[in-house]
Amino acid sequence: MSRRRRRGRRVGLPAPVLVLAVMAVVFFALPLIGLLWRAPWSNAWHYLTDDDALTALRLSLICSLWATGLSILFGVPLAWLLARVEFPGRGAVRALCTLSMVLPPVVGGVALFFALGRRGIVGQYLYRWFDFTLPFTTTGVVIAQTFVAMPFLVITVEASLRQLDLRFDDASRTLGASRWYTFRRVTMPAVRPALVAGAVLAWARALGEFGATITFAGNFPGTTQTMPLAVYLSLETNPEEAIVLALLLIAISFAVLVGLRDRWFGRTDRPMAAT
Amino acid sequence: MLRIHRLLVTAVALLGFLGASCGSDDSGSEATDVPAAGPSVSGDVTVFAATSLTAAFTEIGDAFVVEHPGARVTFNFAASSELVTQIGEGAPADVFASADLSNMAKLTDAGNNAIEPVVFATNLAEIIVAPGNPLGITGVADLADPDLIVVLCAPEVPCGKYAAAIFENAGVTVTPKSLEENVKAVVTKVTLGEADAGIVYQTDVTAAGADAAGVQIPADINVIAEYPIAVTKGAPNADGAQAFVDFVNSEQGQKILASFGFVAP
Repeated sequence: MSRRRRRGRRVGLPAPVLVLAVMAVVFFALPLIGLLWRAPWSNAWHYLTDDDALTALRLSLICSLWATGLSILFGVPLAWLLARVEFPGRGAVRALCTLSMVLPPVVGGVALFFALGRRGIVGQYLYRWFDFTLPFTTTGVVIAQTFVAMPFLVITVEASLRQLDLRFDDASRTLGASRWYTFRRVTMPAVRPALVAGAVLAWARALGEFGATITFAGNFPGTTQTMPLAVYLSLETNPEEAIVLALLLIAISFAVLVGLRDRWFGRTDRPMAAT
Repeated sequence: MLRIHRLLVTAVALLGFLGASCGSDDSGSEATDVPAAGPSVSGDVTVFAATSLTAAFTEIGDAFVVEHPGARVTFNFAASSELVTQIGEGAPADVFASADLSNMAKLTDAGNNAIEPVVFATNLAEIIVAPGNPLGITGVADLADPDLIVVLCAPEVPCGKYAAAIFENAGVTVTPKSLEENVKAVVTKVTLGEADAGIVYQTDVTAAGADAAGVQIPADINVIAEYPIAVTKGAPNADGAQAFVDFVNSEQGQKILASFGFVAP
């Protein structure tokens, strides 16, 4: 397996494929180079140490991690349900649970209002009985981000669960393991690479979330103003600052994506491909 | 085989169509060059205008085309600051209409204007509340109530600057729950019932119709928003641009603006 891989690499790609692939890389790299080119490097430190920027960054990191955690907590069981349990309307449920990927985020934010806002289907009771509202709160940011980010985890984990050989689970069960033990010790370790990939995707999506957040949670420094919101608003008055803040956000995401990829996907994806 | 043949025919037909439409565009602009003077305007006029002008300018555009049947008006509505950036980056605008003087100043400072900007309309700030004003808000001072969910524009956008100036004039400290990126977002939050009050333009309250009510802000503490318009320097259709600016300032244009709640300068 690994041998064939290495040989495949040495053979090289057909020229047209290579040309198209390089064009794709350039397509992604150019806008980033554009940002780096326009960045006001002499003032960068000044913008980066700005209190508002640091507050927004901290809030972004906290909220996106919460959103990732919630996505794992609810998304893995959902993926398992969609992959393993046959029930009528499964296709419709799957479509429903991934709908927020294609919904314009601003519309997603408005839809969240209708559900959880002060006049929403559920939100009106939260407000009436507990005097509790989600819009304009940090919890609201986490909910908006989770709404938009969780599908990325669900579809990644579900695809992996579907590829998995059910005989492993069966073997575990026939050897006397409980359902829960099998889920934890057999199924989960096998889909771990997909889980990590899905979690990273969901995290990245949550970190960059803009539309649903600003619509549902609003924008207030310290409580709901995440980094993308701060970047967007500083574009209005101070494009230099916006570029620096955007680059910081990119640098953090880049470090995480590269770091995790090497650490988690380097080896673990091979046995997966073999099954 | 037959299918491929048909595909080819379609492709050729499409190419021909594209070519023809390009050709007609060219001849259109030539046609304007020949008569030069005179009221007849033709070709595309691309207007970059502030979001708050959306409804009024769309109607003005329709009326303009009735006046100049050879012309076509295309709009790009966005925040004034975004539009200035787009024009600075080379977007093909003929006309720029801003919601404030400072964004127009950015355009002129960069030398991207062909004519001296003219203020064509003004707009007053107003408190927007739920229909029927159930909380009985009477003025700016009421907004200081900490139990009230007040939503304002961010200080980065014109309506946020105006709100801050009004509170300063009134000597009131208001703690908003959110600082929205544009004025329509403030309107949405109030019309959806998530916020109790906000500060927007009079025209926004008019546009919200039955979904919201307005509480006027007295003239002595209110701010007048001025809307300037100019022909851009690189205007691909300079004649059409000038005709559009003239039309906005004409009696008919001003009448349309007034019907949307704008006040003549």
